[in-house]
Amino acid sequence: MTAPTQELGHGRTEGPAPAVRLDAVSKVYGRGPTSLLALDQVSLTAAQGEFVCLLGASGCGKSTMLNLVAGLDRPTAGTIETGGRQIAMMFQEPALFPWLTVTGNVELALRSLDRRKRRERAAELLDVVHLGGFAKKRPHELSGGMRQRVSLARALAQEADVLLMDEPFGALDAMTRDLLHDELERIWRERNLTILFVTHNVREAVRLGDRVVLLSSRPGTVIEDYTVDLERPRRTESAEVAKLAGEITVRLKEEVSRHGR
Amino acid sequence: MAVDTPEKINAQIAGLDALEIQVKAKRNIPAAIWGRVWPMLLAVSIVLAIWEAVVLAEFWPEYVFAGPVTALGELGTRLGEGEFWHAIATTMRRAVSGFLLAIVVGVVIGAAVSRVKLLRAAFGSLITGLQTMPSIAWFPLAILLFGLTENAITFVVVLGAAPSIANGLITGVDYTPPILLRAGHVLGLRRISLYRHLILPASLPSFLAGLKQGWAFAWRSLMAGEILVIIANQPSLGEQLHYARELADSARLLATMIIILLIGIVVDVLFGAADNALRRRWGLDQRIG
Repeated sequence: MTAPTQELGHGRTEGPAPAVRLDAVSKVYGRGPTSLLALDQVSLTAAQGEFVCLLGASGCGKSTMLNLVAGLDRPTAGTIETGGRQIAMMFQEPALFPWLTVTGNVELALRSLDRRKRRERAAELLDVVHLGGFAKKRPHELSGGMRQRVSLARALAQEADVLLMDEPFGALDAMTRDLLHDELERIWRERNLTILFVTHNVREAVRLGDRVVLLSSRPGTVIEDYTVDLERPRRTESAEVAKLAGEITVRLKEEVSRHGR
Repeated sequence: MAVDTPEKINAQIAGLDALEIQVKAKRNIPAAIWGRVWPMLLAVSIVLAIWEAVVLAEFWPEYVFAGPVTALGELGTRLGEGEFWHAIATTMRRAVSGFLLAIVVGVVIGAAVSRVKLLRAAFGSLITGLQTMPSIAWFPLAILLFGLTENAITFVVVLGAAPSIANGLITGVDYTPPILLRAGHVLGLRRISLYRHLILPASLPSFLAGLKQGWAFAWRSLMAGEILVIIANQPSLGEQLHYARELADSARLLATMIIILLIGIVVDVLFGAADNALRRRWGLDQRIG
């Protein structure tokens, strides 16, 4: 059913050209004796339309990887290629601007359009995330799950080909998270997005990903690259998901306990 | 394992949203106003009672320290006179024009200092230092520079208010939440658009606090200035205070002081209302319990 691919970091060598390619990327924070090697020679590709989950314990540099791909930070060594694709990013917090309404936040990503088009497009996108009725509200009036959906609508407004998601559902309750998994899966399929999704929740990774890339901690390197060929839509609580999640968890625990010695 | 249809998922999402949205309690406006007003009335009555008690104790003769009834009566008569309104108008004109000028100066300095590292290193602590300088200490210099003119007063009012306004802006820019800066970067906000869409709105609460503090400094500087710099044929509240003392007219003196206090309170209430409106819009006013 699943097997770690032979060539680590190259999940699908054949097929369409990759949308995102990290080649021997390293990241060092600080200088001299106190410097920290966060990422060590990480190579990874994600094909166009592929849903890749990055999984690892604390300190594996998974957020660092997203920041580098998003251009929020520069790699110390190695190259990152995205072929000029538009990149959007979602964070663990919704990071909405509190002085703008829900529509205003989405429209901020549509600055290139004229006012009328902007309004129409924002309304469409809010319908996509089922928030059409909340356009005039302010972020603080919404629940955590709703704010994350506004954040998703804002990311979609950027017409991005690549969506980077840094534990976007980590702070939500289980039921809301389940529903958002369904939503995200639908949107991903409809728009042929390439998604890099960071999480430390193994089941979430298996539930969503075409691939689950397991990272080691301190420094972060790719240690396994699982291809998840379970049929979609999957359920987080299904036996197949649980079985693969169990396998990955065993491997993750091995990796974590290495640091205790 | 049954997989829910899209319709079912939509219904579940709508249900969760409806449950999670906050229910707002309807406010009873007259009751809310009364709830604010009666403690103030109580405080005013206590102050008046203490004032009357001190007068009745006869530490000072009546012409040095008038009682509340005399002073309030005097206030009533004065409010019927054109000269008093003229004085209030002059003072308010000076206050508003000086404050507006201070805003311009404060914003320019604040923007420059928050943006340029070298300027911040050079002037950052100087601005804070200026804030602590008592404004009355500037008057001798101001009078030397500008003579006994309104310019001398404006000069000191601006010097008193601008540092607070600049500091408010600098703090606001510094404390723009990093997560919003990251989101702004991903959304492609750079340079001018970054300031326009993110940094300036994000610094608004702190800027407003700076304005409020700046106003307090401006108002104090203005009163000091009006007592020191008296311009002929131009009645002002400070000038009224000065002459009431010269004439040993304590009722008139106290009546003028009450007006100065009232203006201060009204402006403070206006700033408070602006601050509350901002907090409500941003959702910063969510109290515990």
